[in-house]
Amino acid sequence: MAEARTGLLSRLARGAASRASAFGFSHGIHPPEHKELTAHLPIRRMPYPDEVVLPLRQHTGKPARLIVRKGDHVERGDVLAEADGWVSSPVHASASGWVTDIDWWPHPDGSMCTAVRIRVERYSAQIARPRLVPDWHGLTQADVLRAVQQAGVVGLGGAAFPTHVKLLPPKDTTIDTIVINGAECEPYLTTDHRSMVEYPDRVHFGVRIMMHALGVKRAVIGVERNKPDAIEALERTRPTDLDVTVLPLTVKYPQGAEKMLIRAVLGREVSSGQLPASVGVIVQNVGSVATLAEVFETGLPLVERIVTVSGHGVHRPANLIVPVGTKLRDLLAYCGGLTEDAEEVLFGGPMMGQAQSDFDVPLLKGTTGVVVLTHDEVRAQAQSPCIHCGRCLDACPMFLNPTLLGDLARMNRYDEMAEAHLADCMLCGSCSYVCPSNIPLAQLFSASKAALRRQSAAKAGAA
Amino acid sequence: MTTMTAADPRTAPLVITASPHLKGRDTTQRIMWTVVLTLLPIVAWSVWLFGPSALLVTLASVAGAVATEHFIGRHGTLADGSAAITGILLGLTLPAGFPLWMAVVGGGIAIGFGKLLFGGLGYNIFNPALIGRAFLQAAFPVAITTWPARSGSWWALRGDNFALPLMRPHVDAVTAATPLGLFKFEGQGTDVGSLFLGTVGGSLGETSALLILLCGGYLALRRYLDWRIPVSVLGTVALLQGALHLMNATRYASVPFTLFSGGLVLGAVYMATDMVTAPVTKLGRWVFGAMIGLTVVVIRAWGGLPEGVMYAILLANALVPYINKVTQPRVFGARRAKVVAR
Repeated sequence: MAEARTGLLSRLARGAASRASAFGFSHGIHPPEHKELTAHLPIRRMPYPDEVVLPLRQHTGKPARLIVRKGDHVERGDVLAEADGWVSSPVHASASGWVTDIDWWPHPDGSMCTAVRIRVERYSAQIARPRLVPDWHGLTQADVLRAVQQAGVVGLGGAAFPTHVKLLPPKDTTIDTIVINGAECEPYLTTDHRSMVEYPDRVHFGVRIMMHALGVKRAVIGVERNKPDAIEALERTRPTDLDVTVLPLTVKYPQGAEKMLIRAVLGREVSSGQLPASVGVIVQNVGSVATLAEVFETGLPLVERIVTVSGHGVHRPANLIVPVGTKLRDLLAYCGGLTEDAEEVLFGGPMMGQAQSDFDVPLLKGTTGVVVLTHDEVRAQAQSPCIHCGRCLDACPMFLNPTLLGDLARMNRYDEMAEAHLADCMLCGSCSYVCPSNIPLAQLFSASKAALRRQSAAKAGAA
Repeated sequence: MTTMTAADPRTAPLVITASPHLKGRDTTQRIMWTVVLTLLPIVAWSVWLFGPSALLVTLASVAGAVATEHFIGRHGTLADGSAAITGILLGLTLPAGFPLWMAVVGGGIAIGFGKLLFGGLGYNIFNPALIGRAFLQAAFPVAITTWPARSGSWWALRGDNFALPLMRPHVDAVTAATPLGLFKFEGQGTDVGSLFLGTVGGSLGETSALLILLCGGYLALRRYLDWRIPVSVLGTVALLQGALHLMNATRYASVPFTLFSGGLVLGAVYMATDMVTAPVTKLGRWVFGAMIGLTVVVIRAWGGLPEGVMYAILLANALVPYINKVTQPRVFGARRAKVVAR
């Protein structure tokens, strides 16, 4: 483990580096990266599974509105469900086949969700219907947004916020810079890394379209320094006619958090409760940008994505192109299955990812990876009282006081938590990571946020 | 739970936990026992200086602390190591000839009243070792200020180690005043070099400033104590005492003498930095240290006591909730720091 080898001197050096400087942000943590498992593995395509399951809720916003029926035959790329309003995104068939069922299905977030089950046509070439590839040169911003929404593109970094919504900043703001998030600070995950190494042209093409659509003159691609090959590839293919900078960033978690990234890249601080647009910035994840580029290259909507399958609990870690809706079971089987001591399966990275209880859950558009942890990594540790060591305060990238918030959470004093800026917590988990008393701070905050939401919903209902 | 044939060879169900699923390596136990380890060289040095008596006194105070934690504290809390730290630290504030039964009682009071009464580890307001020390100073003012001289055989027991309760202390041992006492009451200085190495009279841990700084330095490197607190305490003392010394060099001691005499270094490095009873914010830690430094200088310069570190730290402990409240960092993206209730 890299962490175990670090000596006192390197810790000192890090201490100096963890102060806010150009290309960094203050606070944050250095979890072991574990990227060596997959960072060198080229992206391969996983064969089509026998069945794909596509939930109608794969994005932040309103779930998509179903337009197919049981028994229908669909081709890869056909619309299964349309966007229901502006903050919504359509769902497309990720494989040609027959709709065998439309029913509740386990969702990776732990709930159930209406999903379309498609029996994949066995001998299909899985070639999408020929479609018109829009020529971006003549498109206005509105045209680009429409094309992006119709292609079902959402943020591929995990939150799955519809990309077209992000590309339409509020009217009273002026965007001067597009920041591309290539930090990929979650341990284990290497999808963005491999995309940048293998498809740097596509990334730059996506940036070009965004700059064209928004009329923005400057773009910065922020990449953590631990991906020199990605930085080199992007630098090599950088367009000469545009102001695009590739910026190496300090390696620190959560470098990829929107506000931290903007602080690191531009030195601007997004105000509490505000959007990046308020400081003239739009942030897009590298994977989303590459997908957006694909829409304008091939016309194919978002029907597949790159995922990292990693962790010491899986036999053959890999970076794979996988049809959206592939079931966890099929993906793990393709990667050689779980090891004897595998114990916890996560969607996403180990810092913010969600543990799965069911091997039937499908991969969504926003699933960045599958990480399988082993018995030794999962071991439950006893919780002990807070000793006020203050490490959580030093770790919190938002400069919150997690120990105070934790005390309040346990007493259900949610209103006071809101006053102490609970809303600014992004649940990055840095506080839980450093806590020597093993207090599940991030979990407490997540529950408190939910309680506050219920409270305000009840108030709205009563009014 | 569905079972998985091709991919899952296991029969046990999956584990579901909340994120984050990675955990740093430091635990409370690890921190506490590391502190204990760094205290051992200091104890060893006091044994080298004062003979077996030093070891007996330290062991007695540890025994009192640990037994109280074991019998009164919650089950299993002994393993966190904090009772052992309290015992050792209390022992280090006592003179070598201190009656052992008093040391045991002191350790018990430290843990019982200083910590368990508040709810155990993490909930106490005051440094438990200093609560124990304050109790002993009030109850046994003579015994705690009787410092045996470092003379005779190394093996010889000092003072009244085996005195029994309710017996008049049997003081016939050769005593030696502490450097601070000498200065305060006799106007006599002590060579700073011997203060630094600790070859002077005094309590067990009031000896080698060098050794304490080294051990504390290691803890600071490991981030097990915040360097800001000792730097702030010692810096404030140096600054204020320097000013006083410039005004009147005979009445007010020199800066190096003040820094390295008495329990100042031990208090600044090991007691003021107790995480539980110090502020959690960085700015708060600077303020906390400065308040301790200020109080120490005031007590030493104008108080009736030659020493003032214990009261300085206890007073500052009491102000920690308020210090925390007014030194909250500015939240990222917020206009200014907000004063929050604690």
